[in-house]
Amino acid sequence: MRKAGTAAGWALAVGVGGFVVWGVGWAAYAGVREPGAACAFGGVVLLGELLRVPPGTDREGAPLATAGGLGYALLGPTAAGVAQAVAVVAVATGAAGLMARAAGPRAGHGRHGRHARKAGPPRVEAAARRVLLVAFAAVCCQPLGGGDVLTGTAGAPRAAFLVAVLGATALWDAVLAAAVGAAVGAAGGGRPFAPGLRDGVRGLAGIGSAVCAGGVVMALAVRSAGLWAVPLVALPLLLTQASLRGHAAVRATYRQTVGALARATEVAGYTPPGHARRVSELAVAVGRELGLPARQLTLLEYAALMHDIGQLSLVDPVPGGATEPLDGERRQTIAALGGEVVRRTGAPSEVALIVERQAHPFREQPLAGRIVRAVNAYEDLTAEAAAPAGRLAAVERLRLATGYEYDPRVVEALTRVLARQSTRTWLDAGGEGKEVG
Amino acid sequence: MPGTSRRPLPREARVTVVAVCAAGALCAAPAAASATAWGTVAVLAVLYALCEPGVVPVGRHPPSAVGPFVPVLLAGALILPPSAAALVAVPGSLAGRPLPWVRRCWRAGHLAVAVWTAALAARLLGGPAALRAADLPYALLPAAVAALVFSLVSTALTGAVLVTAERCPPATAWGDPLPAALGPHLTYGLVGLTTGLLWLRGYGAFAAVLVPLPMYVACWVFARARRVRAAHDATVRALVQAVDLKDPYTRGHSERVGRASALIAAELGMDDDRVDTLRLAGILHDIGKLGVPTRVLRKSGPLDPEERRLIQLHPEYGHEMTRGVAFLEEARAAILHHHERLDGSGYPHGLAGAEIPEPARVVAVADAFDAMTSTRSYRPARPVASALAELQRCSGTHFDPPMVAALTRALTRQPDVTAPPDAPAAPGGPWPATAPTPSALPSAPGPAPEPAAGRPAPTAAPASHRVPRQAAAPTSVGEGVLLAVWAVGA
Repeated sequence: MRKAGTAAGWALAVGVGGFVVWGVGWAAYAGVREPGAACAFGGVVLLGELLRVPPGTDREGAPLATAGGLGYALLGPTAAGVAQAVAVVAVATGAAGLMARAAGPRAGHGRHGRHARKAGPPRVEAAARRVLLVAFAAVCCQPLGGGDVLTGTAGAPRAAFLVAVLGATALWDAVLAAAVGAAVGAAGGGRPFAPGLRDGVRGLAGIGSAVCAGGVVMALAVRSAGLWAVPLVALPLLLTQASLRGHAAVRATYRQTVGALARATEVAGYTPPGHARRVSELAVAVGRELGLPARQLTLLEYAALMHDIGQLSLVDPVPGGATEPLDGERRQTIAALGGEVVRRTGAPSEVALIVERQAHPFREQPLAGRIVRAVNAYEDLTAEAAAPAGRLAAVERLRLATGYEYDPRVVEALTRVLARQSTRTWLDAGGEGKEVG
Repeated sequence: MPGTSRRPLPREARVTVVAVCAAGALCAAPAAASATAWGTVAVLAVLYALCEPGVVPVGRHPPSAVGPFVPVLLAGALILPPSAAALVAVPGSLAGRPLPWVRRCWRAGHLAVAVWTAALAARLLGGPAALRAADLPYALLPAAVAALVFSLVSTALTGAVLVTAERCPPATAWGDPLPAALGPHLTYGLVGLTTGLLWLRGYGAFAAVLVPLPMYVACWVFARARRVRAAHDATVRALVQAVDLKDPYTRGHSERVGRASALIAAELGMDDDRVDTLRLAGILHDIGKLGVPTRVLRKSGPLDPEERRLIQLHPEYGHEMTRGVAFLEEARAAILHHHERLDGSGYPHGLAGAEIPEPARVVAVADAFDAMTSTRSYRPARPVASALAELQRCSGTHFDPPMVAALTRALTRQPDVTAPPDAPAAPGGPWPATAPTPSALPSAPGPAPEPAAGRPAPTAAPASHRVPRQAAAPTSVGEGVLLAVWAVGA
């Protein structure tokens, strides 16, 4: 999964790299216009990039840096121009990457994120996307290499024009991101184009709008009040980024604690070691295959991690922890207990619903519940069988029960995911193994 | 917050509210007489009202917990005459959230007074002129002063109503919120300044919408983070209750050990972070009992060697369960080693003396003390004095003497802290039914769950006489932003 994603990211980066070389070369040849503004905006991009939100969330990681780059592009050809905007943003982003790498893995940041994933050097793909974004906005301000379309505009029309430019830029970014995701998806691990685009457009409403507004305001304020406006606008954006960081850290902590709760059933001997993790990874892969939106995927992950929690209420463990061979009534009782527990953990109520209904026939379940049901059944059925034959037999058993127990769509998606995974496992290991993903 | 909805307001509080509302009306009155830019007032007022929670559905969870959206008010204070600026907050406060009318009027009145004062301060420093001329380094001064004045006046008025209505001690009502409010309000001042600047350059409503937008998104993200944090604390409690579920006779034991561990740590002069870590370690010390078969845990007779071996695995199970949970990293040593003894005769590793990590030595004493002072199926509870004498006797062989001494000192000072528990609750009660309500949550990892069900909360619990650093749940955007700053800076 990671390998394929990195490859697509690098392919994008190489394309953008040529573009950046052109930008830097042209800016050097033609001379830097308004060096003060170039330094100020470059500084904003650098700062935002250094304080990037740790990866792991699927949203904009450095709103301040992106807003700074867009604001610079919106200054128009008299101050920036396409080549210079691309050069400044690329150089600042690259410098931030080098500085982060030189600083090495940091001791940690904050109580929540102390041992969470490090901010690390900005990912190549995100940097490439930002350069394309900035170039798009700059081209809109200077169409066909002609003059400054902003000359002579002021007040509301100018603001309206800039908002329209950034709206178009944001849409372009969403399309680009979805396309990259789909390209990765073809290699395995990404997601189809349409749901990716839907997520991207939905994301625009939240943090995307803040980024675009920040960019427009920075451009307008610098034109009105000089470079003093840059820190003035950058500070609130920095706070936006800080709140994102805080949110990411809290989410990471929550995920870890839910993981510990999920491991409780394993340590207690109710379920085989690693069961909750395997089910959640496979369930998320199936959910992605079915095009679930990002929020649904998160809920699915939590539900899959905690789906067996009801077994803690049993005095004696179910043999092997496998609930699937039990009779329906017993399974529904355990599921209901689990739902009660999940409700008490403060997880969103949808998660509790998924856990509660996990033993119901698929027509009475939400889609995420159907996924958990089928994936859990598959895991239970293959717990003993390491050979591909056992896995095929398990899938076959699921198929036979698609009339009532399992959703045929989910089983088909599971089959596709498994087929891809087994090919990759085969290629990677030169043989078969149960551990996939 | 004044709890006006439940009981009648004291007379002093009613007088305060009426006086503040009258003052607000007086501040705004001149606007009617003079030529006022009603268009500007209307745009800002509408914008302010839209930012009130509950007016526009933002996503699935509006930031309902955040306070008034101050940047718009400060923009008004910088570009409008004081009387007109005072009106900006009024429609939103009156129409906004579903509150009793007294509280709506109170919000409108005190915000009007605060905005009026801020606008007056800005005007005295030549704010509007500086903004019109885009005189930037200088314009920062009126903006900052307006923000500070707003923050001071609004804290003072809110404090007054807290003192009169809730009988808060003045130090809590005025002293605590003020430092937390200053930083965020200065930031709001900057946002207000940018808004005003662009407004006066002819960008009009665009400026009013676009400039505060990132701030609004920040508040929204922050509100979501708070919900996740609350969910996280509930999850930690769910872990603790899972143990109670398996072993109902020890119900409340985890919480009490957590409290006693924190007590010892505080007595030893550890800093707040370490005290919180130890509370957590105490609460979770028996988490590994989840891995011990329920039949063995619930057995009331003497254990055979095999059962004893199974029970003695629980520290290692607990250590394994909490692997990879970053905020428990320091507590894990205590979970693993809380059954070690000073002379090396404990388990699981048979460590001796200083080899045993300090947190584990603290939790061991707290654990033994609570085990002796609570009722078990096979014996009644011992009185505190007798338990302490037993700890003294074993101090040096089983327990670390400084820890025992610290517990003794702390208990002689506040003897009711570890009052013996009630009779154990009936076994077999469903786990969820025992969960305390999630309202009394501390707001950060390092959670100190509230006293467990099945036992009344002692009045002098260590958690209550020293407010932990993160325990006060932030109630306004201001504190939210401060926390966010802290997340970046730390």
